[in-house]
Amino acid sequence: MIEKTVAELSAALSAGDVSSVELTQAYLARIAKHNATLNAYITVCEKPALAQAQKADEARADGASGPLLGIPMAHKDIFCTKGVKTTCGSKMLHNFIAPYNATVVEKLKTAGTVMLGKTNMDEFAMGSSNETSHFGPARNPWDTDRVPGGSSGGSASAVAADLCAIATGTDTGGSIRQPASFCGITGFKPSYGRVSRWGMIAFASSLDQAGALSKSAEDSALLLNAMAGLDLKDSTSIDRKVDDYTSSLNDSMDGLKIGIPRQHFTEGLSADVEQVIRDALAEYEKLGATIKEIDLPNNHLSVSAYYVVAPAEASANLSRYDGVRYGYRCKSPIDLEDMYKRTRSEGFGDEVKRRIMVGTYALSAGFYDAYYRKAQKIRRLIKNDFNDAFKEVDVIVGPTSPHTAFELGAKTDPVAMYLEDIYTIAVNLAGLPGASIPAGLAKGLPVGMHLVAPDFAESKLLNIAHQFQSNTDWHKRKPPICDGEG
Amino acid sequence: MEWETVIGLEVHVSLSTKSKLFSGSDTKFGSEPNTQANIFDLALPGTLPVFNEEALRMAVRFGLAIGAEIGKRSVFDRKNYFYPDLPKGYQITQLDFPTVGKGSLNVTLDDGREKKIGVTRAHIEENAGKSLHEEFSGMSGIDLNRAGVPLLEIVSEPEITSADEAVAYLKKLHTIIRYLDISDAIMALGSMRCDVNISIRPIGETELGTRTEIKNINSFRFVEKAIHTEVLRQQEILEDGGRIIQETRRYDAERDKTSSMRSKEVANDYRYFPEPDLLPIEIDDDYIEAVRSELPELPDAKKTRFCTEYKLSDYDASVLVSTREMAEYFETVAQEGGDAKIASNWVTGDLQALLNKSNLEISESPIEAGRLASLIARIKDNTISGKIAKTVFETMIDNPATVDEIIEEKGLKQVTDSGEIKKLVEEVIANNPDQVQQFKDGKEQVIGYLVGQAMQLSKGKANPGQVNTLLRDKMK
Repeated sequence: MIEKTVAELSAALSAGDVSSVELTQAYLARIAKHNATLNAYITVCEKPALAQAQKADEARADGASGPLLGIPMAHKDIFCTKGVKTTCGSKMLHNFIAPYNATVVEKLKTAGTVMLGKTNMDEFAMGSSNETSHFGPARNPWDTDRVPGGSSGGSASAVAADLCAIATGTDTGGSIRQPASFCGITGFKPSYGRVSRWGMIAFASSLDQAGALSKSAEDSALLLNAMAGLDLKDSTSIDRKVDDYTSSLNDSMDGLKIGIPRQHFTEGLSADVEQVIRDALAEYEKLGATIKEIDLPNNHLSVSAYYVVAPAEASANLSRYDGVRYGYRCKSPIDLEDMYKRTRSEGFGDEVKRRIMVGTYALSAGFYDAYYRKAQKIRRLIKNDFNDAFKEVDVIVGPTSPHTAFELGAKTDPVAMYLEDIYTIAVNLAGLPGASIPAGLAKGLPVGMHLVAPDFAESKLLNIAHQFQSNTDWHKRKPPICDGEG
Repeated sequence: MEWETVIGLEVHVSLSTKSKLFSGSDTKFGSEPNTQANIFDLALPGTLPVFNEEALRMAVRFGLAIGAEIGKRSVFDRKNYFYPDLPKGYQITQLDFPTVGKGSLNVTLDDGREKKIGVTRAHIEENAGKSLHEEFSGMSGIDLNRAGVPLLEIVSEPEITSADEAVAYLKKLHTIIRYLDISDAIMALGSMRCDVNISIRPIGETELGTRTEIKNINSFRFVEKAIHTEVLRQQEILEDGGRIIQETRRYDAERDKTSSMRSKEVANDYRYFPEPDLLPIEIDDDYIEAVRSELPELPDAKKTRFCTEYKLSDYDASVLVSTREMAEYFETVAQEGGDAKIASNWVTGDLQALLNKSNLEISESPIEAGRLASLIARIKDNTISGKIAKTVFETMIDNPATVDEIIEEKGLKQVTDSGEIKKLVEEVIANNPDQVQQFKDGKEQVIGYLVGQAMQLSKGKANPGQVNTLLRDKMK
């Protein structure tokens, strides 16, 4: 049962084929068996999860219903959870227990989900492999010597290995889509502002967006239905009607215009990944879509612009971790400056420190125009590229990542790691919705197909992803770790 | 060498919104430490700012009151620096797009001269918390009640040329802010604070000299003294051939000296950038006009009206409009008492003296406007003389009875009966033959003495006008 989608589990729960307590027990058993290897969870909430499951079953007995009622899920450890540790993958917050729930957590709680635990991640979401986590890397269930991607690596690993039914993630430059691609699952990042950022620990405020890691596009739609909406506590959340994202999942692909960016099929893309994507595109053609090459002429600037804007915002967002009020504080500081220096030197990992330094530099007097202001200009150019492209096509499709999951420790050069997100980053800079769905396997490892739609066209995007999944079964392929288990 | 002083003022005013600028915490002053700091004020992870529109309305009120350009699009920025009473590690402020742009203030100097002083801008920002260095045995305590309280920072043009002008500007600013009811603006409590930028240059020179900034001065008097002492310090240095270092200084009132705090040359780089957690604030003409329509009558307009409507002197009118409360008090007294000139004399004279003596605000006056008005009505209708009125006034301070009851009870009613006055006049003429002769010889001013004698005989109750007329009749 635990391998099923949320939609399937929901049907089984309503039919009385299984209870939420039984499901929760099954996932907890699965976590107990595999988490030591996968390190997908930082915190597992066994007792509270069972209590929530019990409550969900009672509510159902009292006549309550809902597609997420009693569904066992996991939250990325970047979402604040009242009474449960929220570490953001950092030593800095190794002991932090928030007295509040993030809006996303609160909404999913209200929808009746059961929280199994908090998933591993790159420290402060800064990384593309989960290797920067203070709690050790999560591993890829397809090959545990390989990374699950990042930063939402724990969530991706947990969903792929059936350690939960679905999980939340966040995506600042590809942090949902790239791990989804590496772990062979569906990753969905809504438009900027569609989901509240309140209670979600900030990395880069103008880019961060919460989303879903799921076993199908339909499941992402179900989760988004519960997560999306205006939140008065987040001034950047959008006052715009929330669709029923499941309502148009079955719309026809006939006449759909797919754009494939020339810039995403050039050197750097591995041949077997390219082949998988070309085959998947052929699948869409069979469903009546037409395919056309498009240009995103400023795409090559996106990684550079991103690595100015994101670290700049991060350098300020992470200033609050100073040892004064909560979190890690160095031992026996001799004075204020010593406390600041040692708390932050000891509490942050190398990648976080690197980005704080890059961001601080980019904002410094005399460099602001050359870096930050210029990066913001590039951001507008990139947005304009997408606007132009969407005048001609309905959706932009390409590979999520240039290659499949790599081995732990394989990428030691930070810049090589930054290039991991070369296809996904522009989407965050433009604030668009994007998804990665399993499109096939290359040498036994999953390949993700990247889909990008215009602002707030989440319904359309999920429809396009769902139609692929209705006609293929790549999203149902299970990693070897799942062999022989039900 | 003759020197000229150039001063620019930066004034921080705490806006009296109910809740903080970006959080729902209370802004009340003087509560137990950290009882008004919520999860946003503590900068817990994942918390976000939500702008309090009340602060915008107050800033726009101020802008309109000084005839300033109103920013239709204001943008918040982060100003980055580390300090324990700044929990986020950055202050949210407005750098390039403040809510209030260029405006000006008309001030009247002590010598009666009027001067228009430019305001460069006024921007909205959040206050920091407080670091408490006593009582913690070598450690510091942090109180975040004040963290996030909205401030309006009002920056003047460097057009102020003396301590007197600086104080006049501050007082005018204070008056306007109180009229607008956007802040208590109490310097002693820190709800109004002043930073002074000072430089000097030889008269005739057009380039500005190197300036120093004196931070956080908390009274008008100290502003005046700090400017004097800093100007002297700079003159001495320059006349000795030295140079001024651009730096921040503090004013020590006890020693009447300024001393260096930190040099701007190694100052922080605040790494400003637009606050990504907040959208720019956009307002339109309708919003601005709605705020304008709620503006109270401002001191300058009120003063002009008092001069024409009540025929008051320029000086009396400016004293009366110095606070909104006093102006309102005066108008009640003038209207109900029926004589604006007498009302003005009493409010600026006896009443003000009484308040000064007991250190009270006019809003706390033991004699409310309605009662003072009845007293004036009795002067006006000749029930009592001005002199007797003073006795009644003294009684009114502790006696809650009405003016008429007091007059009745103490038998202070003015004698207007012509028979009685005739007797008094005859007695005075009989007792003062020399003075009567002098008057008859043309020494007009002796009449004052004779009236005084009659008043004394009547214990002040005689109507002095009647006495005067009758005396003249009898001495013809």
